[in-house]
Amino acid sequence: MLERHLRLSGLEPFTLTPDIPFVNIGERTNVTGSARFRKLITNRDYATALEVARDQVENGAQIIDINMDEGLIDSKAAMVEYLNLLAAEPDIARVPVMIDSSKWEVIEAGLQCVQGKPVVNSISMKEGEEQFRHQASLCLAYGAAVVVMAFDEQGQADTCARKIEICARAYRILTEEVGFPPEDIIFDPNIFAVATGIEEHNNYGVDFIEATRWIRRNLPHAHVSGGVSNLSFSFRGNEPVREAMHAVFLYHAIQAGMDMGIVNAGQLAVYDQIDADLREACEDVVLNRRPKAGGDATERLLDIAERFKGEGGQKAREKDLSWREWPVEKRLEHALVNGITEYIEADTEEARLQAERPLHVIEGPLMAGMNVVGDLFGAGKMFLPQVVKSARVMKQAVAVLLPYMEAEKAANGGSGERQAAGKILMATVKGDVHDIGKNIVGVVLACNNYEVIDLGVMVPAQKILEVAREQNVDVIGLSGLITPSLDEMVHVASEMEREGFQVPLLIGGATTSKIHTAVKIAPRYHKGAAVYVTDASRAVGVVSSLLSPSQQAGYVDAIRAEYLDVAERHERAEAAKQRLPLAAARANALKVDWSDYRATAPQFTGARTIDDWDLAEIARYIDWTPFFQTWELKGVYPRILEDEKQGEAARALFAEAQDMLARIIEGKWFNPRAVVGFWPANAVGDDIRLFTGEDRRETLATLHTLRQQVTKRGDRPNVALSDFVAPEGRPDYVGGFVVTAGPEESEIAARYERANDDYAAIMVKALADRIAEAMAEMLHERVRKELWGYASDETFSPQDLIGEPYKGIRPAPGYPAQPDHTEKLTLFRLLDAEAATGVTLTESMAMWPGSSVSGLYVGHPESYYFGVAKIEEDQARDYAARKGMDLADAERWLAPILNYTPRKKDEAA
Amino acid sequence: MMTGRLSPSPAFAALDRAAAERILILDGAMGTQIQQLGLAEDDYTGHGSGHACRHHSDHPQQGNNDLLVLTQPDSVEEIHFRYAMAGADIVETNTFSATTIAQADYGMQAAVYDLNVEGARIVRRALDRATAQDGRPRFVAGAIGPTNRTASISPDVNNPGYRAVTFDDLRVAYLQQAQGLIQGGADILLIETIFDTLNAKAAIFACIQAMEAHGQRLPLMISGTITDASGRTLSGQTPTAFWHSVRHARPWSVGLNCALGASAMRPHLAELSGVAETNICAYPNAGLPNAFGQYDEGPSDTAVQVAEFAREGLVNVVGGCCGTTPDHIRAIAEAVAQYSPRKVPEYA
Repeated sequence: MLERHLRLSGLEPFTLTPDIPFVNIGERTNVTGSARFRKLITNRDYATALEVARDQVENGAQIIDINMDEGLIDSKAAMVEYLNLLAAEPDIARVPVMIDSSKWEVIEAGLQCVQGKPVVNSISMKEGEEQFRHQASLCLAYGAAVVVMAFDEQGQADTCARKIEICARAYRILTEEVGFPPEDIIFDPNIFAVATGIEEHNNYGVDFIEATRWIRRNLPHAHVSGGVSNLSFSFRGNEPVREAMHAVFLYHAIQAGMDMGIVNAGQLAVYDQIDADLREACEDVVLNRRPKAGGDATERLLDIAERFKGEGGQKAREKDLSWREWPVEKRLEHALVNGITEYIEADTEEARLQAERPLHVIEGPLMAGMNVVGDLFGAGKMFLPQVVKSARVMKQAVAVLLPYMEAEKAANGGSGERQAAGKILMATVKGDVHDIGKNIVGVVLACNNYEVIDLGVMVPAQKILEVAREQNVDVIGLSGLITPSLDEMVHVASEMEREGFQVPLLIGGATTSKIHTAVKIAPRYHKGAAVYVTDASRAVGVVSSLLSPSQQAGYVDAIRAEYLDVAERHERAEAAKQRLPLAAARANALKVDWSDYRATAPQFTGARTIDDWDLAEIARYIDWTPFFQTWELKGVYPRILEDEKQGEAARALFAEAQDMLARIIEGKWFNPRAVVGFWPANAVGDDIRLFTGEDRRETLATLHTLRQQVTKRGDRPNVALSDFVAPEGRPDYVGGFVVTAGPEESEIAARYERANDDYAAIMVKALADRIAEAMAEMLHERVRKELWGYASDETFSPQDLIGEPYKGIRPAPGYPAQPDHTEKLTLFRLLDAEAATGVTLTESMAMWPGSSVSGLYVGHPESYYFGVAKIEEDQARDYAARKGMDLADAERWLAPILNYTPRKKDEAA
Repeated sequence: MMTGRLSPSPAFAALDRAAAERILILDGAMGTQIQQLGLAEDDYTGHGSGHACRHHSDHPQQGNNDLLVLTQPDSVEEIHFRYAMAGADIVETNTFSATTIAQADYGMQAAVYDLNVEGARIVRRALDRATAQDGRPRFVAGAIGPTNRTASISPDVNNPGYRAVTFDDLRVAYLQQAQGLIQGGADILLIETIFDTLNAKAAIFACIQAMEAHGQRLPLMISGTITDASGRTLSGQTPTAFWHSVRHARPWSVGLNCALGASAMRPHLAELSGVAETNICAYPNAGLPNAFGQYDEGPSDTAVQVAEFAREGLVNVVGGCCGTTPDHIRAIAEAVAQYSPRKVPEYA
């Protein structure tokens, strides 16, 4: 057996069962009910307007009413846009919506946007029965419940008798003629203002309540709703009285059977807690109890109202602030765990006044709070972005205490240093500019009471060792993103060995790996332990083991044993891989059939600067998945937002990223620049020769490429990039590009760092990276469709592009298809990239600013991304000769891919 | 817009009678059977074998399975016939993608009405042949797929308010399809593989319009797809929320198909069965696809799991989706024969 209940849905179902006495419909997304929302919609600030809906749902609204009826806006367009945007917010869209408009066309447009079962608010017999029937059948066909206003051809029903008559007629038409399910009908018998001074209005409250009682008894399964705020219209400006009137009215109306209502839940007094005099005066008015006494109820309420005027009716209730009542230690903990900076300065100050010494605030409640954060993070209950926010709170608290600690130190001549768990030096190695990961690790370590000395980026080995000695650090952490940094780390390790260091050396960053650490770094540093750290979440565990007197020895031994094993297995595996001599690999090159190939000529040859960048447009091309990876949230966007474990953290992070992105766009924080070029080109062996002109007589430059040497199975070729370019005698072209989000990023990040906001500093860098990548994607599209134009009819959406469905590739020097970073020199020279974009190359061939991307364009439809993988000495020699480079030099740049150990020459370089 | 007042079609009562007696059997996958024919481009267009298609398109047609109702009608009819003889009471038309929206990829929009009319006629012929052999009544279900666009999800993550298709685009396309199916003799309209409920609501709207134009109320079957372990549709709804969204169609059945194998589908099916006051229909995949996109689950494996639905009293109609074959359907029909159909709950 089933009961006939009103059954609605958003992403989740809502059933109005008898154990729900009253459904509160949120009204703050109603332009006629909320001045703030009206302003947001008029200003087209939909992002904030969505937050209003989110707040309502978070505050427990079971249905949200959406109304865009405002003369100055296109209500229909606004309704559609808002509902579509709302559909993309699962935490809002989980509840059903009430599509509220006095215009049918707005309602119908809204009905076409929601997948759930909504409520239409409202239809009525105002324009006659036929119109009513038509609209009701459409509501049924769209699958909506309806609010029916007690309104007919003669007007709005005011008396109880009229309300009953109209509702009864509407019910009959709906259930008998239209076939409307009675449980999907909600009557709104009109709540009008009382206590207006006009005698006829005095009974309006009673009329509504009595009509409600009749409807619920006589019209089976139908519901009753109403907009309560009308009732107290004459007391505008006196919130305490309005709230009391609403509470009193609802108390009685709900008893009579009113089961839904548009009420501002936060502005509702609790019936029992209303001042007795005020409550009685309100009841006299609402229930029209004193008509016999000469109708003085209104006057009495007006008198009492004076007393309550100005009392803090607008209780802050946007967020649950009950934690503000807690003792200061618990408040500090709460702020740390939840990343709330709003009150931290005042709370820290309060704690300082209570503490004997400022240091005790850090060592006491603040560290206790950070320990909770650390535990939650360790247990997988908090995620990195949240921890970084906690760190921001911590830093701001410490900033409050610092001056007092300094003063104390000055007063008693020195002592006053806080006892950190350990001192850690961190640096991005020479030649490398990438530091997001390093900064995150630093923040996480600082959260766990380690003192972090961050030397920044492009730090030479000597500087690292100098500071390490001077500061007597306990651990050195190195970070790097590009492959030449691997060698630089080996160099730092050798130098530490040479200078007699014994402290642990941590290795981290995108191209580092356990294998590289085990094979190349650990063997150079015998005096101490070299340890690879996968990500920031592991850093604390590794460091605390390394510094714990009891665990240290066992831990280091275990790592050493593991690395020896890793190195040996790696060696065996490499030895087992059959590699071809270069000549044999060349014989197995990819054989493209060039006979039918007619390369499209680009619009221009040579280089051209692209400066018409629109940040908002770039933002559309952002691939968000790597952004979440930066924050160690692993999963594919947009699914990660719904991830059971990380979803909440991901959504919060994404919202803040969107917020900062909006500010970046709005404030034009970055000045993106790019240069692109094309040249007549032909493959000559494993190289690509570029020519000065279409006659292809004079060589402009040569791009060198490397060929796979691993033995391939079946008929799979040993590819080099040159295979994708037509041989001499057949016109072909190759392009190149450099894009950069601009140098502004590091200055903005530094500003945030100075304000103790590492979270925002990391955020702006992570976004700058995404913007540079998005620019590369966007420019590549423009190249295919326009500048080179070999795919002018391509129609992929920006998000399609993430899957690289298009023809052609943009391999970057230093990455798997051409692992030699020095090819960037040729590319930069061809493009005059430094002059055009301001991007420079470091001695390790890293691009500065860090948020830059470069690459070649290869247009052949059969081209694809591949990895060269390990090469043999024959190819290294051949390559060095072709490039006119010293073998030793070439071997140094190719070190990560050499399948042999070069003859030792430059150990100490 | 008032199907409540339309009189039910003759097949309605016959279907109700059959469903009261036993668990009805729906057919299995079309795609796998068509794949086995090993058709090439010329076969698809009817230039190699079969009937040349009078609708022309510049796009390659290989893979446009719906087109085969025009170009390889005999082969399609033979597949339907094999399912009917394997025990299917309800056989679906080969029209999953026969809308102007889904056919746009093949440039075959102009063929859409014919595809639906012929799609229904072919099933009718196959079923009549089967009934001539064994006397059992059988029903043509006009298959209405989700199209390849979503009305409530933006394809552009940076512009969440954007929609690649509107409700009205879908409604117009579905109306044409539904009218074609009814014209060709469909007894039932089956809106299936619903991953976005808003698309389904447009299809429901169109079906209501088509029935009004036809002057009779046809049984409507609605089948959603729970895409993964999240237990939600692709557009994010829970099974109950989905039911609330389509209940206004007063469908003859509601249920689930595709994406999951039977055992993974069970909890979601049980949820629907607990809330929906109509017949429940389930046609899962033959397990999950392997690394090559093929389905390994054999007929008896699938049948055992589907029989479990029947044993628990969760279903009124069962069949198969991706990876199932006539052998699967035969095994399912045999396995559920011993169980009574689920009792449809009524209102107090």
